[in-house]
Amino acid sequence: MNLIAADKLADLAAALAAAGYRVVAPVRDEEGAVHLKVWSAGDAIDTATIPANSAKEFLFPPSEVIGRYALDGRDFTPQEVRADPPRTVLLAVRPCDVAGLAILDAVFNWDYRDALYNARREATTIVALVCPASDAECFCTSVGGAPDSTRGADLVLQSADGGRRFVFSPVTEKGAAILKAAGSTLAEGEARLDPPASVPERFDAAAVAEWLGANFESPLWQEWGLACLGCGACTHVCPTCHCFDLQDEATRREAVRLRNWDSCALALFTAHAGGHNPRPTQTERWRQRVMHKFRYFPERFGIFACTGCGRCGRLCPAAVTMGEACRQIAEAASLLRRSSRSGCEGRKADTP
Amino acid sequence: MTETENLYQPTILRVASDRLEAPEVRSLHLEFVEESDRVRFFAAYRVGMFGLWGVPGAGESALCIASPPTRSAYVECTFRRTGRVTAALADREVGQTLTLRGPYGQPFPLETWRGRSLVFVAGGIGLPPLRSVLWNVLDRRPEFAEVTLLYGARTAADLIYKEELAQWAERRDMRLVTTVDPGGQLPDWTGRVGLVPTVLEALAPAAAGAVALVCGPPIMIKFTLPVLTKLGFAPADIYTTLENRMKCGVGHCGRCNVGSKFVCRDGPVFSLEQLRAMETADL
Repeated sequence: MNLIAADKLADLAAALAAAGYRVVAPVRDEEGAVHLKVWSAGDAIDTATIPANSAKEFLFPPSEVIGRYALDGRDFTPQEVRADPPRTVLLAVRPCDVAGLAILDAVFNWDYRDALYNARREATTIVALVCPASDAECFCTSVGGAPDSTRGADLVLQSADGGRRFVFSPVTEKGAAILKAAGSTLAEGEARLDPPASVPERFDAAAVAEWLGANFESPLWQEWGLACLGCGACTHVCPTCHCFDLQDEATRREAVRLRNWDSCALALFTAHAGGHNPRPTQTERWRQRVMHKFRYFPERFGIFACTGCGRCGRLCPAAVTMGEACRQIAEAASLLRRSSRSGCEGRKADTP
Repeated sequence: MTETENLYQPTILRVASDRLEAPEVRSLHLEFVEESDRVRFFAAYRVGMFGLWGVPGAGESALCIASPPTRSAYVECTFRRTGRVTAALADREVGQTLTLRGPYGQPFPLETWRGRSLVFVAGGIGLPPLRSVLWNVLDRRPEFAEVTLLYGARTAADLIYKEELAQWAERRDMRLVTTVDPGGQLPDWTGRVGLVPTVLEALAPAAAGAVALVCGPPIMIKFTLPVLTKLGFAPADIYTTLENRMKCGVGHCGRCNVGSKFVCRDGPVFSLEQLRAMETADL
């Protein structure tokens, strides 16, 4: 077994940085908040807390240049935009975040391959952390995940000996390269693996998908839409939300075409130049968000576009969350099934 | 496309000429700066597909391709000056360049329509996507049966492609009917006066063996579809093109979907049969 003392993860990060990797790790700041960020010397790595942000921004940045043009006052000359990503290791990311990358992979290779994303993905090694602790917002087990899932990982990191050590198990060649780069920060030895977090199943996702197929119109959409403030925070922290905007910015000498994160929760997202908006209120926007994750995306790609990380629930100021929405939908679906079994009349398909 | 190619690297076009079609509506006649781009474009382009047209510094807009693949020396677009990008496009002068990505989306199934009659119904700025089909058909005229275009606008001034309307009116191998909304006619107006659905019903084109293509403002489409149905057109023989706000054009940016269908990937061309299976409350 490849072991490291629990308080020596920063030494590992330093060794990987010295080997030329950009190291992304969960780092605790002075206020006590934990974020996935590019590690630099002196940063404290915290694997016990679920980071506030997901890992997606390191493969799909919040803002990135996709086109560059030199301007000369009369016309423009295109400049090359090259994919030249740093070799990156995502150190100690939870299975729900690793699962999110599968959704991004599907979208950014949906027939048209996004070279910028793929180059970054190719340059990234994933060290997955067997999830040591969950909270009330977690629901990975309801959407096909698990706290100890190793799917998509190049290397697996698991707490051992009551949290005193971590065990490293390589899965792929990329993962083995990390062990090599780690050098003397790891030691051979034996340890007893700690049990992963326990995440109860909160709803039946298949029942949710089925209900969505029959309930494009439902009073539930308005209920959530009225509560939603339209801030878009849920989509920004979501490991699978990938909608983006393209915007140009220019000085007199140069124009850049940027890809920026966008959000279906925002009013302007679908607004036409002529004034029409096919999703005029938060009601339609919420419907789109749930439908996309649990019906449209699985229909096209065979996986739910939600990994149950629970970030939307931790962050939402109005407590309108994907986990709770799905729980209510599953409940509505099960009430419906029960009433249809007993031949009960008077309960419409769309009543929770 | 190879791994290393940037999906967002556009083709560069030069404005060869431009034309004001109606108030705020302009057409650009564009040539490819690189011959290899022209060849690549026309290898993929079929009528109904769209492009992302842009001016660096202003951005890109999804607009139809208004010229047919049978005229492969150039490409044309026609648009109304509405926002930042269309204003920048409209302000491009002859000799200046602009960017194009595409062609994207699903075309009209033109090859399956050989031997059939075609009825085009267009309103206002909805004519450009049908104009490319019409010219494509006229360039291959013997392959199709009767061709009819019914085109309406609010006023006579709002009719676009006025020079081409005059040409089409002269042709004996097609029928052109123009109409303006009541009050939109000028003293010398010789066309019809009335809303497109009303004029269509009076015109009553034969539905047997025919395909109808409808494009125009949503309100026109809404009232035209029942008329076509009443005239005997089957839902599978009525086509329209949808538009929604788009950014990437290839299904990645996530905003143009109507229910589970992406206008950029599954459309923009849809038959009424397809539309009926969609969550059109999302339109």
